[in-house]
Amino acid sequence: MWGRFVTQRLFQLIPVLLGVSFIVFLTMHLTPGDPIEHMLGQAGRITQEQIEELRSHYGLDRPLVLQYGRFLANAARGDFGPSYSHHGRAVASVVAERLPATLELTLFAFLIAIVFAIPAGVIASLRPQGILDRAATVGALLGISMPGFWLGIVLMIIFGLQRDWLPISGRIDLAAMPEYYTGLYTVDALLSGSAPALWSALKHMVLPGIAMAAPMAAMVMRMVRSSMIGVLGQDYVQFARAKGLPETTVVGKHALRNALIPTVNIVALQTGLLLSGNMIIETVFQYPGLGKLAVDAIAAADYPLVQAVVLIYAVSYVLLNLGADALHAALDPRVRVA
Amino acid sequence: MTQPVTEEQILEPVAATTPGMLRLLLSNRVAVVAGLVVVGFLVMGLLAPALAPYHPNAHHPEAIRAAPFGPAEGGHRFLLGTDSLGRDLLSRIMYGARVSILLGVVVVLLTLVVGTGLGMLAGYFRGSFDAVMSRVVDTLLAFPFLIFALAIMAATGPNLVALVLALAFKGWVDFYRVARGDVLAAREADYVTAARGLGASTPHLLFREILPNIVPPLIVLATLRMATIIIAEASLSFLGIGVPPSIPAWGTMVADGRADVASAWWIATFPGLAILLLVLSVNLFGEGLRDILDPRMRK
Repeated sequence: MWGRFVTQRLFQLIPVLLGVSFIVFLTMHLTPGDPIEHMLGQAGRITQEQIEELRSHYGLDRPLVLQYGRFLANAARGDFGPSYSHHGRAVASVVAERLPATLELTLFAFLIAIVFAIPAGVIASLRPQGILDRAATVGALLGISMPGFWLGIVLMIIFGLQRDWLPISGRIDLAAMPEYYTGLYTVDALLSGSAPALWSALKHMVLPGIAMAAPMAAMVMRMVRSSMIGVLGQDYVQFARAKGLPETTVVGKHALRNALIPTVNIVALQTGLLLSGNMIIETVFQYPGLGKLAVDAIAAADYPLVQAVVLIYAVSYVLLNLGADALHAALDPRVRVA
Repeated sequence: MTQPVTEEQILEPVAATTPGMLRLLLSNRVAVVAGLVVVGFLVMGLLAPALAPYHPNAHHPEAIRAAPFGPAEGGHRFLLGTDSLGRDLLSRIMYGARVSILLGVVVVLLTLVVGTGLGMLAGYFRGSFDAVMSRVVDTLLAFPFLIFALAIMAATGPNLVALVLALAFKGWVDFYRVARGDVLAAREADYVTAARGLGASTPHLLFREILPNIVPPLIVLATLRMATIIIAEASLSFLGIGVPPSIPAWGTMVADGRADVASAWWIATFPGLAILLLVLSVNLFGEGLRDILDPRMRK
C-alpha cells in the first residue's frame, strides 16, 4: 500500500519535471542577451565568422525545439554542456565543485532551525498565552517578517564587526583547509582529524546558517506549537495523565510524537524555501556555494549554468516534497487512502 | 481536535455582520495598531514629496556617510544619516515606501484576480480544465520562486513591469488553491443547489451566490501574501535585479549599505528596519483579520 503510494507519486513527478525543465529552458532562451557576445565581451576583436562558428559549436543556431530535446537528453546524463562564464569548463564540474558548500550550509541551517524550533514550539504549547508562549509568538513573527538579507547584515555588524567573534565571509580559513575527501569541509575535517579545520568550518557557517534558518525556525515552531496544543487536548493525553504517567513522558512521548506528524510537511516545504534562501544569504556572506553561483551565472547570462542550477534546485524541491509525503504516509496511514 | 468552546465562539454568529466584524477588529488592539502603522507607511509614501526633508536622490558631497542623530552638518540636518553618496536616508526611506507598497498592492491584486478566477472555474467545472490546471500548479509549486524571478529579471534588466510579472508568476497559485477548494465545497452546498433549482444561470451562481461566500479567506490570504511580496521585492532589489536603481527602494538601499557595514552601519540598517516594520505590521493586521473573517484558520 505504502509502496504503491510512493510509486504513484514518483510517476506524477515526470510531467512536473518536464514542465520545470521546459520553463527553465524557455526563459533562458527567450532572453535578449546573446551568450556568445557575453562570452566574447572581454575577448577583444572577433570576426562575424568566428561568432557564427561558436554559435554552431554550442548548437545555438538550431531550432528551439531541437535545442530543448538535446538539452533534455544531455541533462538526463548529467551533461549540461560547457559553461560560458567559466572558460568553457563543463557545467557539471563547476556545479559539482560548489554543491558541497551549499549542501553543508543548508544542512547546518536545517539543523539550527529544527533544534531550535521543536523545543521552542513544545515549550510554548505547554502554557498557551503564558509569557513564554507570547515571547515565542513574537519571535516567530519577527522571524517571518524579517528579510533574510537584512538579518544577515545585522548579524554581520553585531557579531563580526563590532565584536570580532565570528567570520563574515567565506567557508573556512585557508590556513585551516582540511584534506579533500568530500568537499564538505566539516566531514573532511573529521576525516583528516583536524580540529582547527572543523572549528573554522563551523564558525564560518554560524552567521549565514542563522540568517537562513530564521524563517524556517519560525514557521516550524508555530506548527509544532499549534499541533501540540491540539494534541494536548486529546483524550488519550488526558488518559495518559490520569494513569499517573510523569508529565515529561506524556508531553515527550505521547503528545509530541503525534504532534510531529503534521510538522513533517511544513518542515519539507520550509526546507524548499531554505533552498531559495541560499541565493540571498550566500550572496550576503560571499559564501561560495550553488546559490551564489546561480546569482553570478545569471549576471553573466551563462544559460547552461543557470539551467543546471535551477534544475538542481527544482529537483531537490520536488524530491523533498515527495519525501515529506512518503514520510507523512508512513506515519499516518490515513494519508495513503486520501 | 476537540477544544473547549470559548465564549467568543458562541457569540460568533451575532458578530457575523459587517458592523459586528468591525467591532471585533477594533477590539483587537494589536491588529488596530498594526493597521495604523500600515496606514502610516502609506501616508508617508504618498506624501513623501511634501514630508521628505530632501530630494531622495540629492547628493550632499559635504556630508558623505554622515552619522544618524548627529548635529547639523554644513547647514543641513540628516536625522537618519546619509549614504556613501551623501543622500539623506530618511528621505530615501520615505520615498522607498512608495515602490514597496505600490508593487505589493499591484502584485497582490493581479494574483488575487487571476488565481481566484482560475480557481473558481477549475472548482466549478472540474473535468479536463481542472486536470490541466492541477498539473500546471504542481509544476509551479515545484519551482523555486526566487531563482525563477531572478532569471526573468536578469533577462529583462531591472524594470517595474517585469518585476510585477516575476513576482506574480507563482503568487496566484495560493489564491487558486483556496478558491478551487472552496468552490468545490460550495457547488454542492444547499444554497447553491437551491439557486440552481430556481433556474439561476452559471455566471449568476458563480459570481452572485458562491463568490461572496468565499471572499473572506481570500482577503486574509491577500493580506498575508502582501507581506511575502514586499520581502520578495526587497530581496530582488537587494540582489540588484528588482527596482531600477534610479527609484529609491529599501532593498537597494540595504545593498548600497552592505559595502559600508564596517564604517557606517546605519546605511544598511535603517531601510531594513523599515521593511521589517512594514512587513510585521501587515502580518499582524492579516492575522487579526483572519481571526475575524476566517475562524477555520484560527490557531
